[in-house]
Amino acid sequence: MGAYIVRRTLWAILLLLVVSFLTFVIFNVFPSADPAALRAGRNATPALIEQIRRNLGLDKPFYTQYWIYLKGLLEHFNLGYSYYNTESVKSEIFSRLPATISVTVGGFVAWMLIGIPVGIISAIKPRSLLDRIMMGGSLVAISAPVYFLGLVSLFLFAQGTGVLQWAGAAGSYVPITQNPGTWFNSLILAWLTLAAAFAAFYARMTRGNLIEVMHEDYIRTARAKGLRESVVITKHGLRAALTPIVTMAGMDIGLLLGGAILTEIVFNIPGIGRYAYDAIVNADLPAIQGTVLFGAFFIVFANLVVDILYAFLDPRVTYG
Amino acid sequence: MALLEIEDLHVSFKTVDGVVHAVEGVSLSLDARKTLGIVGESGSGKSVTAQTILGLTRFPNATISGRILFDGHDLLTMSTEHLRDVRGARIAMIFQDPLSSLHPFFKVGHQIVEAIRAHEDVPRDLARKRTIEALRSVGIPSPDERFTSFPHEMSGGMRQRVMIAMALALRPDILIADEPTTALDVTVQAQVLELIQALRDDFGTAVILITHDLGVVAQMADDVAVMYAGRVLEQSSRETLFTEPEHPYTWGLLQSIPRLDAPRTGRLNPIAGSPPSLINVPRGCTFHPRCPYAPPPAFETEPALAPSQPGHLVRCHLPIEERKRLWQSLQKEHPVLR
Amino acid sequence: MAVAAERAPGAAVDENLLVVRDLVKHFPIRKGLLQREVARVHAVDGISFDVRRGETFGLVGESGCGKSTTARLVTRLLTPTSGQVVYDGQDISTWPERKIRPLRRDVQMIFQDPYASLNPRRSIGTIIGEPLRLLGIGDRNERRTRVREVMERVGLNPEHFNRYPHEFSGGQRQRIGIARAIVLRPKLIVADEPVSALDVSIQAQVLNLLQELRDEMGLTLVFIAHDLSVVRHMCDRIAVMYLGKIVELASGDRLYDQPRHPYTGALLSAVPAPKASAGRGRRRVVLQGDVPSPVAPPPACRFHTRCWKAQPICSEVEPPLESKGPGDEAACHFPLSDGEVDALTERAEVGQS
Repeated sequence: MGAYIVRRTLWAILLLLVVSFLTFVIFNVFPSADPAALRAGRNATPALIEQIRRNLGLDKPFYTQYWIYLKGLLEHFNLGYSYYNTESVKSEIFSRLPATISVTVGGFVAWMLIGIPVGIISAIKPRSLLDRIMMGGSLVAISAPVYFLGLVSLFLFAQGTGVLQWAGAAGSYVPITQNPGTWFNSLILAWLTLAAAFAAFYARMTRGNLIEVMHEDYIRTARAKGLRESVVITKHGLRAALTPIVTMAGMDIGLLLGGAILTEIVFNIPGIGRYAYDAIVNADLPAIQGTVLFGAFFIVFANLVVDILYAFLDPRVTYG
Repeated sequence: MALLEIEDLHVSFKTVDGVVHAVEGVSLSLDARKTLGIVGESGSGKSVTAQTILGLTRFPNATISGRILFDGHDLLTMSTEHLRDVRGARIAMIFQDPLSSLHPFFKVGHQIVEAIRAHEDVPRDLARKRTIEALRSVGIPSPDERFTSFPHEMSGGMRQRVMIAMALALRPDILIADEPTTALDVTVQAQVLELIQALRDDFGTAVILITHDLGVVAQMADDVAVMYAGRVLEQSSRETLFTEPEHPYTWGLLQSIPRLDAPRTGRLNPIAGSPPSLINVPRGCTFHPRCPYAPPPAFETEPALAPSQPGHLVRCHLPIEERKRLWQSLQKEHPVLR
Repeated sequence: MAVAAERAPGAAVDENLLVVRDLVKHFPIRKGLLQREVARVHAVDGISFDVRRGETFGLVGESGCGKSTTARLVTRLLTPTSGQVVYDGQDISTWPERKIRPLRRDVQMIFQDPYASLNPRRSIGTIIGEPLRLLGIGDRNERRTRVREVMERVGLNPEHFNRYPHEFSGGQRQRIGIARAIVLRPKLIVADEPVSALDVSIQAQVLNLLQELRDEMGLTLVFIAHDLSVVRHMCDRIAVMYLGKIVELASGDRLYDQPRHPYTGALLSAVPAPKASAGRGRRRVVLQGDVPSPVAPPPACRFHTRCWKAQPICSEVEPPLESKGPGDEAACHFPLSDGEVDALTERAEVGQS
């Protein structure tokens, strides 16, 4: 197992290097805008733009720029400085990390608490009315885009603008350390919006897995032994059915930690996703680079954790 | 008084393609300490019959009627709650593929402990001791180490022994073995059958053995029932089935098996055609489309299971004398059948 | 070169359609950071046999003995680790796939699982006709005619060529597999457990079909199975395999009447006979325990760990496969005597000679 982890880690590092290089190349071939021009603002003279260009080091050939970037990254873990506001990209990202973590973890809890029980109930009574309603509803939830659901929920429930003033308005985020109550209030709608699509997806997966597992021979043996049906379903059935789901959830968490962009934009939460969006709009290459790298890191890391977790959950899985 | 009495059992399943008539009017009885062999090919209804005894076919799309009497109660009308007390403790079952029949995520020792504690209020360490004893009694070496093995870490033969240990841990009155050796190599099969025989004799367990292999039946059973398309076609003592069978299907089975104890023949004598659909069951005698001797009534009406001699039931329109005559001439043609 | 004793003096080498010499196939097990090979699965560990033209040669053994791997080596679906596979005088052991391709016209395979070996998305007409299409034989109409011909020959209704595999029963699917194997009129067919997954009554039909086709088409057949009675019924000569080695090689009758290798004797004694006198008493179970792992096979004679006749020499010197009687070769230091064979298979009691 140890050798496996080392091997995976080495591949991960290689992968991240490739990702950073590709991002660099893409930005240089298809820049969203000229960062120097944006920085210069209105009434910019060509000379000023040229000046800014030189300051930012944009006049150098792109492989030199990449090499400088890479050196900084590997030697000092320096992610460069934003073209837009010269802040350290690293500190910008880290300061936004708690918000993204709040969104992700809360959303995760919400979608698991909703999705899995719905899936289980549907699986126990397949093709019943309850099952059909739940699966139908989940189809709607999966199909509705996040920004649509988000805006609708703000319209209905947000303080200040909403019909029913139950939850925090967009942009009302404060860190949990500052005021837990407000923190919770500001995120509840975001969590539920995020959870909607995921919960639906997980409900369907749980239902499918559990129905399939309940047809397995070892379930028949469990019943033949005289075990209570509740034990058969939970201990024998769920354990097998949920293992792939738990690991999938790990990957989704990894994905979201890289920034739930749409959710953060709609609810104006100062997280990494929001930062990435702003970076694109501002053609802020170091910031884009930084968020992409972070996102890739979380995904790769989550993948590794999930694979290792699987080996613990399923005794048949071993890694050389 | 028979230990288990199945009376006129009917089991059918509603499926998208139609109603599958898996078991039609099956009546069987099992005496204490005896072994009943149920022989049949796929689709014969033998497994469904066995599983219905323990209520394992109570699906939403199943229609079950008849009676299964055990210890004064009808198992078919028993609530699943009460049936739980019978399952594993009074009547236990082992299945064909021990790899898929054991839970892949739990250690084998744990699965046996679970079976014990489901029925007896026994502290964990005592259950563990009993489990290790059970593993030892089925011939598993180093049982205390094997206690913590996972099913996939064991060979096929060992897994089946684990299933046997689990089934017999509570000393049930009846052991139902559904094709217990089909998935095993022939030398392992011999070991497992010997084990079942030994335990059966030691504990006085009655056994229902389901198989497609007439050789296994010949070795293990006291009485035999031959099933086809959900019905019993012939039922008798083992001796009678192999010396004086009276159903053309039984003859067909006996003739179509290549034998080790006879000179090589040029060709086998297979039964023509294939097993019938259980959704569109043939009219009349279910076997008649494949029967070389089918008399006219067989095309229209289904024959009843009637005694040809005491203890020998046959479901066939052919007159008894005719059947005996046909069997004699078959034996002349094929000396191996004697 | 033990089997040379079988040939009449002066017979040409051409008599053998297939010659296998010291064939070895190991599968590496890799672990660790650099995926170094830590162990090997000794699936086939040095086997040699000849298959004469027109003969039906049987390979029998239990799981893990290497018979299926041998089937795949002989048809070059696998490349040998070492050793030779000589087909029709040509050493095809290391030929690359494109060189072997034309040979596939002559060498075909039938597989065990009729449910898994047919592509569910293709109609059976397409499945059966595919070999013709791949080798560019005939135009569409000629192919269709040939496919229908072959379907009829194997007992399928030619009108069903547009149907899909799931619409057929197990026995019928196996007939489809056979049809596909014979459509090119091959010379050699390797059948890997062709009837194991079928019901008894269907097994007999398919075995008869194989025999008929073999006689009509002059096929050479390599027949692999774990069921001894089936193998005996079908085959002229049979090799018994254990843990990657051939332990006995003899003609059908000889193998079953007078086996020499204890493992063969044990196999025979383990098969229950379908007759009344099969004994209410327990049959002698001579083999205990499980087959050792092919990753670490026992030294010298691989069977010695389970053999009731084993002596110290058996774990030190590997017995060569050599003649132990007319038409019978076995690899054993202490082969069975006739008396021992009778005791094992209870023939003395039943009055058989």
